[in-house]
Amino acid sequence: MLSLLCSLSFYAQDYFPTNNGVAKNNTNYTAITNAKIFITPTNVIKKGTLLFKDGKIVNVGTSVRIPKSTYIIDASGKHVYPSFIDMYSSFGIEKPIRKPRQQTQQYDASRTGFYWNDHIMPENNALTKFKYNSKQAKALIKAGFGVVNTHIQNGIIRGRGALIALNNNGGNERRIISDNSGLYLSLNRSVTTNQSYPTSIMGSMALLRQVYLDANWYSKGLSKTKDLSLEALNKHKNLVQIMEAGSRANIIRTDKVGDQSGIQYTILGGGDEYERIKDVKATNAPLIIPINFPDAYDVEDSFLTSALTLHQMRAWNQKPTNPKVLADHGITFALTTHGLKSPGKFKANLAIALKYGLSKAKALEALTTIPAQLLKKSNTIGSLKKGLLANFLITSGDIFDEKTIIYENWVQGEQNIIESMNNIDIRGDHTFSLDNQKYTLTLKGELSKLKSEIKSGKDILGSKVTYKDHWLNITLKTKDTINKAFIRIVAQPDANKNLKGKAIMPNGLDMPFISNYKKKDDVVKSKDAKDKKLTNKILPVTYPNNAYGFNKLPKAETLLFKNATVWTNEKEGVLEKTDILIKNGIIANIGKNLSYSKAKTIDATGKHITAGIIDEHSHIATASVNEAGQNSTAEVTIEDVIDETDVNIYRNLAGGVTSIQILHGSANPIGGRSAIIKLKWGESANNLIYKNSPKFIKFALGENVKQSRYSNGVRFPQTRMGVEQVFVDYFSRAKAYNALKKSKKPYRKDLELEAIAEIINKKRFISCHSYIQSEINMLMKVAEQFNFNVNTFTHILEGYKVADKMKAHGVGASTFSDWWAYKYEVNDAIPYNAAIMHEQGLIVAINSDDAEMSRRLNQEAAKSVKYGNVSEEDALKFVTLNPAKLLHIDQKVGSLKVGKDADIVLWTDHPLSIYAKAEKTIIEGVTYFDLEKDKKIRAQIKKEKIQLVNMMLLAKNKGLKTQPIKKKEKKYLHCNSIDNEQHKQHQH
Amino acid sequence: MKKLKFTSILMLCCSILLAQQTPAPKQIKDIAIVGATAHIGNGNIIENSIIIIKNGKIDTIGKSERPKLNDQDINVINAKGKHVYPGFIVPNSTLGLIEIDAVKASVDNAEIGALNPNIRSLIAYNAESKIVESMRPNGVLIGQITPRGGRISGTSSVVQFDAWNWEDAAVRIDEGLHVNWPKSFSRGRWWLGEDPALKPNKDYDKQVTELNNYFLQSHAYDKNANNHLPFKATKGVFNDSKKLYMHVDYEKGILDAIAFAKKNNIKNMVIVGGREAYKATSTLKINNIPVILQRVHSTPNSDDDDYDISYKHAKLLVDQDILVALETSGDMERMNTRNLPFHAGTTVAHGLSKEQALQLITLNAAIILGIDAEYGSLTQGKSATLFISEGDALDMRTNILTHAFIDGRAVNLETHQTKLWKRYSKKYKEQNKLVSKP
Repeated sequence: MLSLLCSLSFYAQDYFPTNNGVAKNNTNYTAITNAKIFITPTNVIKKGTLLFKDGKIVNVGTSVRIPKSTYIIDASGKHVYPSFIDMYSSFGIEKPIRKPRQQTQQYDASRTGFYWNDHIMPENNALTKFKYNSKQAKALIKAGFGVVNTHIQNGIIRGRGALIALNNNGGNERRIISDNSGLYLSLNRSVTTNQSYPTSIMGSMALLRQVYLDANWYSKGLSKTKDLSLEALNKHKNLVQIMEAGSRANIIRTDKVGDQSGIQYTILGGGDEYERIKDVKATNAPLIIPINFPDAYDVEDSFLTSALTLHQMRAWNQKPTNPKVLADHGITFALTTHGLKSPGKFKANLAIALKYGLSKAKALEALTTIPAQLLKKSNTIGSLKKGLLANFLITSGDIFDEKTIIYENWVQGEQNIIESMNNIDIRGDHTFSLDNQKYTLTLKGELSKLKSEIKSGKDILGSKVTYKDHWLNITLKTKDTINKAFIRIVAQPDANKNLKGKAIMPNGLDMPFISNYKKKDDVVKSKDAKDKKLTNKILPVTYPNNAYGFNKLPKAETLLFKNATVWTNEKEGVLEKTDILIKNGIIANIGKNLSYSKAKTIDATGKHITAGIIDEHSHIATASVNEAGQNSTAEVTIEDVIDETDVNIYRNLAGGVTSIQILHGSANPIGGRSAIIKLKWGESANNLIYKNSPKFIKFALGENVKQSRYSNGVRFPQTRMGVEQVFVDYFSRAKAYNALKKSKKPYRKDLELEAIAEIINKKRFISCHSYIQSEINMLMKVAEQFNFNVNTFTHILEGYKVADKMKAHGVGASTFSDWWAYKYEVNDAIPYNAAIMHEQGLIVAINSDDAEMSRRLNQEAAKSVKYGNVSEEDALKFVTLNPAKLLHIDQKVGSLKVGKDADIVLWTDHPLSIYAKAEKTIIEGVTYFDLEKDKKIRAQIKKEKIQLVNMMLLAKNKGLKTQPIKKKEKKYLHCNSIDNEQHKQHQH
Repeated sequence: MKKLKFTSILMLCCSILLAQQTPAPKQIKDIAIVGATAHIGNGNIIENSIIIIKNGKIDTIGKSERPKLNDQDINVINAKGKHVYPGFIVPNSTLGLIEIDAVKASVDNAEIGALNPNIRSLIAYNAESKIVESMRPNGVLIGQITPRGGRISGTSSVVQFDAWNWEDAAVRIDEGLHVNWPKSFSRGRWWLGEDPALKPNKDYDKQVTELNNYFLQSHAYDKNANNHLPFKATKGVFNDSKKLYMHVDYEKGILDAIAFAKKNNIKNMVIVGGREAYKATSTLKINNIPVILQRVHSTPNSDDDDYDISYKHAKLLVDQDILVALETSGDMERMNTRNLPFHAGTTVAHGLSKEQALQLITLNAAIILGIDAEYGSLTQGKSATLFISEGDALDMRTNILTHAFIDGRAVNLETHQTKLWKRYSKKYKEQNKLVSKP
């Protein structure tokens, strides 16, 4: 279909020898005349001329002087646009082959002379793996692209890209516009190495931060050794830095890393930016946006359909609005074919985006001027200004009209014919008569792949057509169904699209053939207009954009609860028939017979009010739990990876939980930093984090950190003996690091040691996963050696054996109510643990480490009444005030006291009773969960899903493609969960 | 000081000697429990009751109006203000088959291979498991020990939780065959580079046909032949000597499994798990199929589900007159099983009455497991397998057992855990005494 005219080759390689004939140096000009030329999306000229030579535009305008030796192409009635640019491409570079997993973990780099981490490869150069692929190029040219920025899509820092003109003529010497056209990055590990670190998104983020610090340090000549990676990174720091985020959430994450490192990334999004457009806008990041809109699900099987989530279904409905939403919010973005099965799908998907409201001008910008500008190549590509590459499209009309034909795509002055301009557009209805029979011929589809429908009277007759070299051939089955016979027609259109030629009748006789083209512009137009009109209702985005999300974020209210049993957790104890006033997000008053006219009054007679439940040990609402790639990962932080869309936030609210500590897992002795959040369902991830949050870090001991269930662990430590040495070593190093910093001598900023130094400096608290008494005792002794206290032992199932020592050390305990028997080290775990530690004067909390249990923590606390006779008031404190104390947030939360945050729960019954339900869960005066509202939301979800099923059925009936159903599986993360790991045992 | 040392040595010895609790001897003397609220297990209660236990059986149960008891012939337990319940029963349990999840050497719950009807859980049941003994203080006294894995996991037996060995523990031997119905969704083999997402199981029909053929083959098999142990073991489901426990979650699977049982003329089928049983209530009801419902304390299957779907599921079925029992399988299932009463309690917060909830873990379970002639309720003539609690046994705060009996034997309520509790409590008590008296 696509043909390239080699004879029009302009270039000559002056200094190359010629052995195949005489030197041919074409110095002709080429001019496209009489066209509507889009010099830029906003600068459009009519009857213009585009003059170019040697692949570059010499002049463009309405009164261009055409030199003598000019090859002129008349493009009357045609449109000329700059060819498109795809700045996120792997064109010509083979997909890296995944290195098979090894039995044994690999902790060291596979190479030397480079950065210590294999996933950091700024020294890579796309061209070293580049092989021009003319088949791929043809597909892109056909889709309208002239230039792509290609790169090796592998690793975290992937090296520099190459800007390639899709010039099928000649060699790379002409196609390479730049071999230095941007530095590419991602959060994804390289598949060609097995080096463990990083295993998580948060690890990738921390690694990037450290690399930037190291590059800066290296640039000052402070390194004693050679590092080609850092040298390359420094060398390319002024290139556009293109980050593959791949989702709205990762846009926010990667932009944060960039901001902290003084870099504004240009970010590849995921097409889901509309879900939190304001946050995306706030990044100020230019974006590259894929338009791989999902097909409707095949919802005919109602059993399977019930497995679809509202979020999955909404994505089909809402995603096509994404480009429009981005444009409406003034976000700079380029479009890419990335994520599409083939560039052939691009046009159709772009048409969808336009149908959903993206303006044509924005679409054209996103394909031409914006990518050129983002690549800092506006002087070479992206428009049809003088001096730029002669990369342009000739079309039959408005390029974004579905009927428009792209005739030619010129790249570097080389012509690529997609559809012959000579082929007159004969699509439409034609009428003709043969043998006194009247026929109607309808021609439709792509001009090069015409489809026909021939009717005679009421009969539809079988027919086939080909349209090539401006000759139309028709094979037509006659009405005679017994003797299968054919009429063959060959004809050519005239300027009025009437066809003239001959028909060869079944009897072999020729007859003249003349048809009349029926001008049906009006009809066609109105049909087009109907097509263009959006028939699907676009469902509103909620916060978060899944089931149970809010249509509008709820606001803080002034609330007066009357006549409740109030569990203050203060010296007042439990107050009967008491009122609580909540104002401005805080507890304004507690007492009897309160009144406040502006407040919404809630009768709480017979009900109980407690402080919101606090879970010291949670792994919900996060995209990663473990960075397992090293034995210490103090540089990573859960704050980087909060997932505010996790429905477990809502479910925890339904269990009365208001604050949680999301801890790093227990894969290594020194884990990552925590996130302490409030469960403000609907808010953006960063708004969940406590303001001035106390700093915490996870440590871990025992079976998990010594990789007890690895068949051949090679990572130090493999014994409890080694665990101690890891700590002593790191604290010693952190001490030395501290001293070096204080000395004002130059030092390499090390994010890992920074966090560990904070521990020694008492600025960061340890919450340590622990089970057996020996190791508990050990960590306390190590801490004492370095003159600080362990803040919390979490799990601490043998805490009861060393409660006296813990008391002496001054550490708190956050334990399970009754878990045991899941591994060897919990053999002596007893449900009386909390009671004994409490009796010995420790601050005791009960935690969940589990998305199900966390929504019943009041019940877990109640078990302490059974196991060890703890008083009910104290038991409730195990899941409210005590975890608040352990987390150093008890100034704000954990008890009901005037002036504290209004984080409260209204219970239907005694809060420690198995029969109690949370009726309202309130954070800072905002009702995030309400039993009554929950009922309404359920009905709303059902309704919306039925609506979406109907829309999808309609789409299928209309003949649109559908996709098979996939079941979204909730991933429940635990202490030892690893990103991307599918099957795992739960070992807490 | 010397004395103290001696005591601790003594205690250490004791704790080694008494690693497990000693099973109680046969009941000799009659026992009367007087004044308690008796929760019968069938939905009724008797306040201020009297229960007389003779030869391991409930001899009398009724209102305690004027008890005339001779203390010399009978042990009288004054249980005024307390509550008596039938021993709780847990179906579909792996208690005694695994001691420590993470220690492979202690794991005996799933044999290799897909079709293991002849595999018998009973003989691997560790009557001396430290986890089993920890059931008793919470009132869980009977369990169905169930093999796991494969398409046909094997054959289960019902045991009581106070015995020297599996033979003594057995209540009903080889009572049921456990089949894992083909899943509606299957996962790509991610380690081979396939998309790991759950997709409709394209082999579903094939797997159902295979299972059906296996049952047809077993049906045709000569029961006196001895050359195919698996077929032989399957045969029981056709002559009602074994129940068929169909482990199935999705609505479609449940409906198909019911059709399968009908087609194969299997009269005694039980749905186990049944995550989506609430969607199939009418078919379950018409066909009289009981459900052993998955762990109440579970997260919903889908993001969109009601947050309390697992909590209220039992109510949704009970309201349709479906016979429901509760099970606790899943993550950490063995140690979690002692929370069975609280799973039942949760169903009360979500709609059932307390006595209905109690039925789920007593009489209903007994009927489903086919042991209701002897167990499951406080009924004259039934086994005296019951316990006394200080208060409401479905609530954590008041589930505090003073006595438990299995077949009239007064069961020891100490465990590895209570011993450690007492040992360390004592340690601190003495230590603190020393501190306060210098």
